[in-house]
Amino acid sequence: MRVTTRSRIKSPWLFHLNTGSCAGCDIEIVAALTPRYDVERLGCILVGSPRHADVLLVTGPVTRQMLPRFIRVYEQVPEPKVVVAVGTCAASGSPFIGSQMIEGPMDKIIPVDVYVVGCPPRPEAIVRGVVTAVKSKFG
Amino acid sequence: MKMLMTDKSDGTKEIQMDYTRLRVPFGPVHPALKEPISLRITARKEEILDVDIMLGHVHRGIEALAENRNLVQALYLVERICGICSHSHTTCFIQALEEIGEIKPSERALYLRTLIFELERMHSHLFLLGIMAYEVGFDTLFMFTWHVRENVLDLFEEITGNRVHHSMNTTGGVRWDLPPHIVGKVSASMTSIEKSVKYIYDVFQDKTVEKRLYGVGELNYSEARELCVVGPTARGSGVNMDVRRDYPYAAYGELKKGFSVVVRESADAYARTEVRILELFESINIIRTILDELPNGPISTEESVLKLMRIIPEGETVSMVEAPRGELLYFVKTNGKEGLWRLKVRTPTIPNVLGLKPMLIGCEIADIPVTVASIDPCMACANRITLVDPDKGEAKVTDVSTLRRRGRKQ
Repeated sequence: MRVTTRSRIKSPWLFHLNTGSCAGCDIEIVAALTPRYDVERLGCILVGSPRHADVLLVTGPVTRQMLPRFIRVYEQVPEPKVVVAVGTCAASGSPFIGSQMIEGPMDKIIPVDVYVVGCPPRPEAIVRGVVTAVKSKFG
Repeated sequence: MKMLMTDKSDGTKEIQMDYTRLRVPFGPVHPALKEPISLRITARKEEILDVDIMLGHVHRGIEALAENRNLVQALYLVERICGICSHSHTTCFIQALEEIGEIKPSERALYLRTLIFELERMHSHLFLLGIMAYEVGFDTLFMFTWHVRENVLDLFEEITGNRVHHSMNTTGGVRWDLPPHIVGKVSASMTSIEKSVKYIYDVFQDKTVEKRLYGVGELNYSEARELCVVGPTARGSGVNMDVRRDYPYAAYGELKKGFSVVVRESADAYARTEVRILELFESINIIRTILDELPNGPISTEESVLKLMRIIPEGETVSMVEAPRGELLYFVKTNGKEGLWRLKVRTPTIPNVLGLKPMLIGCEIADIPVTVASIDPCMACANRITLVDPDKGEAKVTDVSTLRRRGRKQ
C-alpha cells in the first residue's frame, strides 16, 4: 500500500458543503466533532478549503442558486475523492420534491459514494458513513 | 491598494501606499457551516465603508410547496425550514390552524409545547455561545459549550425520540407525553446545566473575551427600531420587546411571572452575547416552573389528525412566536379543502441580517466574523473571503482561518 493511501485511510480530511439544507444535518456534522463524539481522535479534520479535502460531505437538496457553486466545489476537490450525501434531502430530495427551486437529488448531478439517510442522521451514523466511504474507496 | 515606487536622488527607493477602496465579498457559498449568505464589503485600509447583503442561496420554495400539500404534510414541511428552531416553526403554524379551526388543545399539551420551546431556546443559545467563543479564538470554551449542549439534546431524545427535528406538535396537542421518570431526569439535568452555564458566564467575563467583544458591531437604539430588528439582537440594543411577554401564546400567559425579559443598553456584540447567556437562566427557571405546575389531562384531542384536518374551514390568520432568534411570524390562509391558499413566513434572521450594515460600517475587517456571529444568523461560522483589488482586477482568496488569525491578533 502506498504511503498516501495509507495516510488517507488513517486521517481523512473532510470538507462540508451546504447546498440548501435546513442546518439540521450541518449541526449534527459539527456535533460529531465536539467532545461527545470527537472524530478528531480518529484523525478526521473539517478543513476550510475543498482543495485540502479527501471526503466531501454534502447536505441539502441542491437549490438552483447553489448548483453552479456545488459543481465548482466538487471539481475543486482533488482526486481520489469520496462523496458522502448526508441526510434524506441529499439522498432523495424529500420533502422538497416537486419544488421548482430544487435541482436535486444529488446523484443526478454528481456521483455519490455513500448515502447517510435520516432527518437528520445521528452523528454516529455520519461517522459510520465516512468510515464506509473511506474503506470502500481507498481501502 | 496601489503601491507607488519612486526613485530618490540618493539611490534609495521610496514606497508610497495609495489606499483606494477594496471590495471584499464575504461568502457567498462558503462551505463550512450552515446557511450560505453573501456580504459584499467595501473597505479602505482596514475600515469598512459599505456593506451589501445578498440572500437567497437556500431558497427552496417552501411557501409555494406548502400550497400543494395538505395541512398535515405542510406541518412536516414547515418543520424543515430550520433545523435549529424547528419547534418554533411548527408551534407557530399549528397555532394558526387551531385558531382557524377553533380547536382547543388541553392545558397539559400547551405546557409540554412550552417545555420543548424553552429547551430549544437553550440548545440554540448554547450553540451560538459556542460559535462566539470559536470566533473569538477560544476553542476550549467552544468545545465546553457544545458539550453542555449535548445534555439538552439528550433531553430532546428522551422526550420526543429525536435530536433535531422533534415533530412534537400535532393539531390539537402534542405527540409525546412526559412520564414521571423523565420529569426527574429533566430537573436533574437542569441543575447540572445551570452550574455549567454559570461557569460559561464567568469565562465570558474574562478580560480576553471582553476585549474582543466590547464596542464591536454597535447598533444603537434608534437604528434598531428603524430596521425592526428582533429578539436578542434588539434586546441587546435596549429595545424592550419579547413576544412571550407582549403577546403570550402556549402556556406563557400563566408563566408570565416566572421570567423576566433581559435587556442590555450597551448595544455591542458583548451585549447581545450577554443577553443570550442570561436568557439561558430564564429558560431554566421557566422549565422548572413547568415541571412543578404541569397540569394533568390528555395531551391531544380524541379525534384523529386526519379528521381534524377535514374540519378546518376556510379562513386566515396571523400567528407569532418568540423563536430563539426573535419574533417569528406566520400568515396562514386555508382553503377549507384540507389545504392552504397561502402561507407566508417571516423568520427573525431577515430583519436581523439587515442590522449587519450599520453594525459593520466603521468596524475593521477583522471584526466581521465576530459581528456576523453575534446576530446568530444561522450561518455563523466560516465563510471564505476573496479580496479583490479593483485597480489590478486581481483576486486574492483568503480562507476564514487567515481572517480569524487576523482577528485574534488584535
